[in-house]
Amino acid sequence: MEAVRVAGVSKVFNQGAVNQVDALVDIDLDVRKGEFVSLIGPSGCGKSTLLRLIADLIQPTTGEVTVNGKTAHQARLDQDYGMAFQQSGLFDWRTVERNIELPLELKGWDKPKRRARSAEMLTLVKLTEFSQHMPWQLSGGMQQRVAIARALAAHPELLLMDEPFGALDEMTREHMQAELLRICRETGTTVVFVTHSIPEAVYLADRVVVMSPRPGRITATVDVGLGRDRNELTREATEFYDRVTEVREALRGTHVGDVVAGLEDR
Amino acid sequence: MKFTARVRSSLAVILPPIVLGVVFIALWQAWVEIKDVQPFVIPKPSAIIDALREDPDLVVKASVVTGVNALVGLVLGSVIGFVAAVLTNRYRLVGDLVNPLAVTVAAVPAVVIVGVLNNMYALDSQIGRRLMVTIAVFFIVFVQVAKGLRHNNPTQMELMDSYAATPRQVLLRVRIPNTMPFLFTAIRTAAPIAVIIALVSEYFGGTQDGLGSKISGTLNGSNKALGFAYVVGGSIVGLLFFAGSSLLEYLVVPWQRRRVHG
Repeated sequence: MEAVRVAGVSKVFNQGAVNQVDALVDIDLDVRKGEFVSLIGPSGCGKSTLLRLIADLIQPTTGEVTVNGKTAHQARLDQDYGMAFQQSGLFDWRTVERNIELPLELKGWDKPKRRARSAEMLTLVKLTEFSQHMPWQLSGGMQQRVAIARALAAHPELLLMDEPFGALDEMTREHMQAELLRICRETGTTVVFVTHSIPEAVYLADRVVVMSPRPGRITATVDVGLGRDRNELTREATEFYDRVTEVREALRGTHVGDVVAGLEDR
Repeated sequence: MKFTARVRSSLAVILPPIVLGVVFIALWQAWVEIKDVQPFVIPKPSAIIDALREDPDLVVKASVVTGVNALVGLVLGSVIGFVAAVLTNRYRLVGDLVNPLAVTVAAVPAVVIVGVLNNMYALDSQIGRRLMVTIAVFFIVFVQVAKGLRHNNPTQMELMDSYAATPRQVLLRVRIPNTMPFLFTAIRTAAPIAVIIALVSEYFGGTQDGLGSKISGTLNGSNKALGFAYVVGGSIVGLLFFAGSSLLEYLVVPWQRRRVHG
């Protein structure tokens, strides 16, 4: 059984109106359990829309989305997935610890159980000594780690991430990517990761799904095949560069020569 | 080193207004002395201080009466304004009922309402004045909190949606805490206004024991220095209200203070 199955999905915004947008057309995507999939594409290609369809935050116009064999709606009700966004979305009036406990609180867990779990998550993201801090006392990277801890607090099998490192500086970003891979290895979590950074998509993913806009659709899939043990050396490996080039060319939609021709047309 | 730097930066903030105040009072004193202005036109600052010293109880008692009126109205108005804003946000029908009413009440001149309220209660009652303050504060708080309830962080709302949170859970855990900066800004704005309204309300009849009554009584008479002493009392009450509400804001919404001060 796939962790995520998107079958024949399309999404139209403002249907019938003058500003009708075909955000997604004919999307088919299967994500295996434990797989890390990056969605990449230029602005307006519908990658965030696709993520929100999987999360059941919006509903498809046609087609079906299933998560863990259930409808996306049921999966959301069961909190089968955790989610992290570009903004950490932490609550200023809650300590780090109580931010992580929020999803558990909504699930009706009692306090000792919540405390134990938040302590476990803080160890996972290496922020134990900051449990009593307020979010606004932390750096951007630390806030994002808290957001990831919160997304994983209920031990979901699926993690949906929308450019979670987009607002971080390059060094912090690479560190966070390594941390995310470690966390995924330790927890066996399936991840769907939206980004517009090619090296980030390749470094993290088992499979990079390339999308293009107007209308939003999947144009290519690149199997990364760099194995699971990735580290800083991976970023300097030839295979890594090969995959980055492959994704880059897929993003251009065609071969280099054609793009040059296309540029001349402008 | 750090301590002296801190003292120095505090002094840089505190000193200029103090110097300005002292200079202003000195000029006032000099002007009255040199021009030989009659004390029933404008008293000397030194005469006002003498009046305050002579019988501080007079000013303190009147200040307490007006201050308590303002405080009761401020608390009541804030509570009612907050609750009304939450209810109007949660239930559409309540909103449709309360919103036009709130705007209407705000547009009615305060003077008229005080007159009506004074007629409704006994002559020695403070209720009319307190209600007047309540109405004024209610409007300020209601508008700000309503704004705060609509002012949501989209990420937080999507997150709550992903947890399949109920509207009630969203209200209690996200919307209401998010309104706290708005609530306390509103209270800080409303606090000095509450004092002014409590004071002005006394001009329209009722018992003559508050600052407003005393000021209108003495400023028309010959003892102008005592009249100004009551004005000083009013200023102090207003400042206390402002300081108190600012402190409250500082304590309750600490994340806001960081945002404001960098």
